[in-house]
Amino acid sequence: MTRWVLVGVVAGATIAADLLQTMEMRRHGEVRLGGGWVREAAAVLRRPYIVAAVGFMAVSFFAFLKLLSIAELSFAVPATAGSVVVETMLAKVVLKERVEARRWAGACLVACGVALLAL
Amino acid sequence: MSGGGARRLRMRALTVVVVASNALGNAALDWGVKGLPGGIRLAPWALARAVFNPWVGLGIGLLALWMLTRMTLLSWADLSFVLPVTSAGYVATALVGRYVFGERVAGVRWAGTALIAAGVALVSTTRERTGSAVGETD
Repeated sequence: MTRWVLVGVVAGATIAADLLQTMEMRRHGEVRLGGGWVREAAAVLRRPYIVAAVGFMAVSFFAFLKLLSIAELSFAVPATAGSVVVETMLAKVVLKERVEARRWAGACLVACGVALLAL
Repeated sequence: MSGGGARRLRMRALTVVVVASNALGNAALDWGVKGLPGGIRLAPWALARAVFNPWVGLGIGLLALWMLTRMTLLSWADLSFVLPVTSAGYVATALVGRYVFGERVAGVRWAGTALIAAGVALVSTTRERTGSAVGETD
């Protein structure tokens, strides 16, 4: 039971962090690889949505650490990954991405695969 | 190579780094946490001590690299593209669990791995950016 509560905390916090990160990175524009990459990426870390996203990631991280201490890695990772379809829906609704049929199919295949991994 | 081809190659190379740093980071954390006497507790002092375990530290370092490279990838592509494509990390994690940690991986889990790989392949054929693309170059 405890491990499924932890799975819920990890998944919820991960979804919030991903949405906030994507919003901020879209606002920032493309990060360029090269000499100043680490500096540019680190500068983005100070933006408010990224700060909030890091907070959610910290919650997710410590809940995941606790989960690892009571469950196998091969349970913990796939069980917390079932959020991919929910996140795809939110990407469409909140971020206004155009999610075409192949992308839905791919996300569903990934979710089904993850469910099988968790068995 | 065309601009679009170079961009796609760059995207794939960065995706490999995102996937590898995530899988190896998770594996290092798992190894470190399982080696802590009495496991891990959510008390602040216990967490602070866990961070100084070399394997947990390595895991945190790799996950920091994962975060920076994934943020870069999210600046180039949609979340609905990045999520399934980087799910290749679950396949990599299953392989690490099986071949590095000797965990038993049943046939049904290999079937799950194949489905994830198919999903990743399918999504990687879609256009990576469909929303507003500030600074997009091709």
